[in-house]
Amino acid sequence: MAVRKTKHEMPEQPPKERIKNFKEVPYGYSNETAIEEAKRCLQCKNKPCMDGCPVEIDIPGFIKCIAEGDFDKAAEIIKDKNSLPAVSGRVCPYESQCEGVCTVKKIGEPVAIGRLERFIADYEREKGVKPPKKPKSTGKNIAVVGSGPAGLTCAGDLAKMGHGVTVFEALHAPGGVLMYGIPEFRLPKKIVNSEVDYIKKLGVEVRYDMVVGKTITVDELFEEHDAVFIGTGAGLPRWLRIPGENLDGVYSANEFLTRVNMMGAYRFPEYDTPVKIGKIVATFGAGNVAMDCARTSLRLGAEKSYIIYRRSDVEMPARDEEIEHAREEGVIFKLLTNPVKFIGDDKGLLKQVECIKMKLGEPDDSGRRRPIPIPDSEETIEIDTALVAIGQSPNPLIPQTVKGLKMGKWGNIDADDGGRTSIPGLFAGGDIATGAATVILAMGAGKQAARAIDEYVKSKK
Amino acid sequence: MYEIVEKKVLSETVKLMKIKAPLVAKKAQAGQFIILRIDEKGERIPLTIADFDRKKGTITIIFMEVGKTTKQLGTLNVGDSLQNFAGPLGMPSEIEKYGTVACIGGGVGIAPLYPIVKALKEAGNHVVSILGARNEKLLLLEDEIESFSDEFYIATDDGSKGHKGFVSDVLQKQIDEKEKIDMVMAIGPVIMMKVVADLTKKYDIKTLVSLNPIMVDGTGMCGGCRVSVGGETKFACVDGPEFDGHKVDFENLMLRNRRFTKEEEKSCKLAGV
Repeated sequence: MAVRKTKHEMPEQPPKERIKNFKEVPYGYSNETAIEEAKRCLQCKNKPCMDGCPVEIDIPGFIKCIAEGDFDKAAEIIKDKNSLPAVSGRVCPYESQCEGVCTVKKIGEPVAIGRLERFIADYEREKGVKPPKKPKSTGKNIAVVGSGPAGLTCAGDLAKMGHGVTVFEALHAPGGVLMYGIPEFRLPKKIVNSEVDYIKKLGVEVRYDMVVGKTITVDELFEEHDAVFIGTGAGLPRWLRIPGENLDGVYSANEFLTRVNMMGAYRFPEYDTPVKIGKIVATFGAGNVAMDCARTSLRLGAEKSYIIYRRSDVEMPARDEEIEHAREEGVIFKLLTNPVKFIGDDKGLLKQVECIKMKLGEPDDSGRRRPIPIPDSEETIEIDTALVAIGQSPNPLIPQTVKGLKMGKWGNIDADDGGRTSIPGLFAGGDIATGAATVILAMGAGKQAARAIDEYVKSKK
Repeated sequence: MYEIVEKKVLSETVKLMKIKAPLVAKKAQAGQFIILRIDEKGERIPLTIADFDRKKGTITIIFMEVGKTTKQLGTLNVGDSLQNFAGPLGMPSEIEKYGTVACIGGGVGIAPLYPIVKALKEAGNHVVSILGARNEKLLLLEDEIESFSDEFYIATDDGSKGHKGFVSDVLQKQIDEKEKIDMVMAIGPVIMMKVVADLTKKYDIKTLVSLNPIMVDGTGMCGGCRVSVGGETKFACVDGPEFDGHKVDFENLMLRNRRFTKEEEKSCKLAGV
């Protein structure tokens, strides 16, 4: 039987509907569609998809189970390596990982590995997750700082190895960027909560309001733990550094998304935290965070939502799916356009942004063609709100308070593949070590670090 | 959960609470702040630490009921609990032996001034405290601050106590009379801090101000609290809250503090507070 050349579509809320609500956009596969899609997998011998997976899931293994209708077994296979499948099944950049190297891609679209992972994670959650078997305790205790994707993965894996794990979270809710950054319509918060519940069922304790470096120091954590893992992410917003950036109406993507997602500002005044955006919103940057900002703005009632980006569409760092969703929803892309200054009224309220047109020159250090301003091409755009989504730097709070910790060039903690830092027993992984990257790479780093930590604590008497 | 173990009504709109938060109390230093959230639907608000007791594990907060959250907070009583209470956040005050220091507190800003006065006195400074408020009823912690001060002055707008006029008038007199003032610490309404900083700049007296911009996370993540200091963007939550008063762009701070005035009114109205 010939293999179907295209992925099975995942039904979605129509764009005109969904921009009026914060409900998740795709509905997920039905059982039948999942089985049909799973049958597209060739079960090839060289399994290139697995090399493309930072958390080492046995991809052909779980897909085979789906094809055979054994969803429970598929869930077991995924959970063996990945404690957060409902998350990665939604936010992974599959096209550049597993699906990017899928053998089926030679004849058409790759197997929809991401959609299948999501299908299984949702199947398992809706059915009621089986409480995991608790392994025999090793008597070792590990502190994990930060409950984002790196921290949760590291904590989950360490717990599965039998170690006692306490997660120290600075904010009032778990999940880090999964909670404050990624919007409800892309990653519902009840899903994050249920993934965290699973980790807790493994025996992990999560403590909130624990700002490590302030409430408690890393040195103090070592008094009661055999090792410490730092996964505090890239929380420091980057700015455009242009005039007018402190006007009323200019937000960092972090502030805007934290207000809306974590603090529930889209349900103001039922929730106390407000956000105001006016009618015309411009988001600067073209990564996943920028798409989240632009799409969130539409849902908050913006009449126009721009993405303003200094390079062209091929350089946009966001996942294909996010860009496509943003386009469908009516986000206006102003590419090869760079902001020069923000202009306010006499009350300091943002009114306009002056931009300049760009053209692409020779490739720069990142391998992407460098944008160059075109002289005398300035234009002024009327806006009420500006969202700056041009990236984040590692959060400096912990590095500032740990003596002798070797740092990298960009304020990141210097760590090897296993997350080992210059201090014995202190490990780091995710964006705090690599600079801003993806959820799945942070999960991969958490996994590698868990292995290195296990090795480290076992070698210690 | 963090229990309210003591509550005092200081004036019609100003209340004091002691909150059980042993880990925060263990680390708290003068000049730092906390972020609290009352309940699941609440917002995160910063309040500067007014005092701490490491033995009892309590943090004292003093707040004026100005918005939805502070008004709701004021209705809570001993035995009630807050959902979240994180800290101590921000950098502590730079406490050292400067010589003669003038500590200026205005309105509810007197509260965070108290631990700083105490620490500066303990560091061996000659402490001149100047407290100001619109009227006598709005003054706070007079006895407490006086007990750690070498000189103590009061100014009220209506003259109901002390000098009739502003704290800056009293400071001007001190500058004129004293051989030297080595440092000025000012905490209060933005306009008060601006006036004090403008005055001391003329005499080139080092002046620190403690800023209280709108915050969300308080850990350097959102940048909502950014202030322009000497032309550079700083985050009050991690770089501050104290900054060189001669370098702060107070106009921008006032503007940014008005960002959500309308939403605040709406929120209060709906909550009936």
